[in-house]
Amino acid sequence: MSPDFFYRHARLRLLALLSAPMAWLAVAYLGSLAVMFLAAFWSVDSFTGSLIREPNLDNLKLLVEQSVYRRVALRTVGVAVAVTVIDVLIALPMALYMAKVAAPRLRGWLVAAVLTPLWASYLVKAYAWRTMLSADGVVNWALQPLGLKGPGFGLVAIVLTLSYLWLPYMVLPIYAGLERIPNSLLEASADLGAPAGRTLRKVVLPLIFPAVVAGSIFTFSLSLGDYITVKIVGGSTQLFANIIYDNIGVADNLPFAAAAAFFPVLVILIYLALARRAGALEQL
Amino acid sequence: MRRTTLAALAASSALAIVLAGCSSSGGTDPGTGGGSALPKAPDNIAMQQTLGSGEGALNLVAWAGYAEDGTNDKDVDWVTPFEESTGCDVNVKIGGTSDEMVKLMKTGQYDGVSASGDATLRLIYSGDVAPVNTALVPNYKTITDFLKDRSWNSADGQMYGIPHGWGANLLMSRSDVVTPAPDSWAAVFDPNSPYKGKITAYDSPIYIADAALYLKATKPELKINNPYELDDAQFTAAVDLLKQQHALIGEYWSDYIKAISAFESGDSVIGTSWQVIANLIDSGGKAKVNAIVPKEGSTGWSDTWMVAAKAKHPNCMYKWMDWITSATVNAQVAEWFGEAPAQTLACAETADKKHCEIFHATDADYAEQISYWTTPTRNCGDSRGAVCKDYAAWTQAWTEIKG
Repeated sequence: MSPDFFYRHARLRLLALLSAPMAWLAVAYLGSLAVMFLAAFWSVDSFTGSLIREPNLDNLKLLVEQSVYRRVALRTVGVAVAVTVIDVLIALPMALYMAKVAAPRLRGWLVAAVLTPLWASYLVKAYAWRTMLSADGVVNWALQPLGLKGPGFGLVAIVLTLSYLWLPYMVLPIYAGLERIPNSLLEASADLGAPAGRTLRKVVLPLIFPAVVAGSIFTFSLSLGDYITVKIVGGSTQLFANIIYDNIGVADNLPFAAAAAFFPVLVILIYLALARRAGALEQL
Repeated sequence: MRRTTLAALAASSALAIVLAGCSSSGGTDPGTGGGSALPKAPDNIAMQQTLGSGEGALNLVAWAGYAEDGTNDKDVDWVTPFEESTGCDVNVKIGGTSDEMVKLMKTGQYDGVSASGDATLRLIYSGDVAPVNTALVPNYKTITDFLKDRSWNSADGQMYGIPHGWGANLLMSRSDVVTPAPDSWAAVFDPNSPYKGKITAYDSPIYIADAALYLKATKPELKINNPYELDDAQFTAAVDLLKQQHALIGEYWSDYIKAISAFESGDSVIGTSWQVIANLIDSGGKAKVNAIVPKEGSTGWSDTWMVAAKAKHPNCMYKWMDWITSATVNAQVAEWFGEAPAQTLACAETADKKHCEIFHATDADYAEQISYWTTPTRNCGDSRGAVCKDYAAWTQAWTEIKG
């Protein structure tokens, strides 16, 4: 092989360069999805827990017919939506201040401050919320003089904790989206007589909408698949990922877990399709 | 692009088929059950005949408190002396529930397990554990007779493990909060409980038996005899009771550390527990609890050390089984965990000389009264025939209970 072989055969060069990452994508990623898809149609021996590889639709039927799965699915989507909405509401003013109001020197520090929580372990942060929300925790202590009580462990605690955990993933895309808006646009709007609120509604929001959707992909999908926070601060509540986890980690019913995993995959696919329509995928 | 996707799918499904082919060589398949008797235990798993020297390591799946190395309490340590005398370095993976233990044993990474009665048969019939040559475990001779050759630790007259000890699940409450101290499981099922939202329960389908045991005492018309053999009406009643209890539950526990922290912080004040949890809370000194066997009786466990069929360190495992059932060590673990030791000679070695008396260690009649964890099967084990709910139905119901 002459030294300029790959130089002359551009297609072969591309193939050689891409084959390793493409194999990774195909085998480790799509391959495992395909195995999961197959396993969903198997079953396990209820006594010994051994796999029975005879395709049947029992798992899917059970998921559709039992009302408990529908209830948990709705609750899970509800939590994901609530977390996303809360994060948007908090992230918008934060990002607006960072991108358009703060002095350029301060800006770098603020971005760093938003990013620092990501350096701490997810578990540490979730357990911190557990400590704060527990019966003798700081939330109850602070609310006591007002005659109030904290939410305790449960659905509210899950939404709170997840909103906190995923906030940086919402702030950053919105911040990036705002930075891309030239200040001249805002000045033009003001020159034409629009008050700040109207500029925000009519100029800024439409421009950063794809960035908000991009951020929401993170907050929504991360909330949809979370089971650890639910275990730590969820009290007696279970979300859909817990059903999957319990079937893997507790019941050792992998086929049922695989069938149950169809639900989040489906929801995310629909969400991504909608996000693509909003032009958010170009913002990632 | 379209063609590449198809090719990828084809390649991955081919891979799946290869994988499937590799792992289906597990031997006898007991089938889906439903027959009247248990299937035959797999007969292709060899029993160890001679004991060699230790392999230098031992990987165990154990209940919390069964393999203490001094980290929880520096005076509670029987792992370090074992390591020193045998050269087997012990790695312990704590299992929170029997289901978790069965799953861990299926990975093939562990040499042995302290299995309760709701795990043992599943492990035996799936071929994950090997028959145990009791002649290689000298201390087996003096194990309590009523623990030998029982339905949960043997098959076809062959022992599949060495009995460890047995005891009851307890009703635990914070003594400063829950007054007067409860004497009945009614305290965790009462819809008007003043402790609503601070009640805890064990997060495993096997907990359905606790509800059934309570109904056995309080609803005689259901005619529940054995809380693990529930027909449709009995099962529905137990599940309904637990669904109603769900509104009272603050959180469920299967991780004993989480149970301890919940009782210490006051997030849980009453619920089902183990003696070892009460001990750890006592030694932590952050809260006061009392733990009792309520008047309705209790579910409980009878545990057996079993050897993995594919153990990488079988000699170390045999040495461990002999060590943990030796008089002094069995006495230590029984006192720490709060259970009756399987070793008869252990009763002379306990720090509290009354330990065996308190836990009725040698009282066969008392031992028969505890409803030991066992795997529910379709076959009711009595004249009703194959109309009982099997464990798959229990697992399914547990998801529904948690809503």
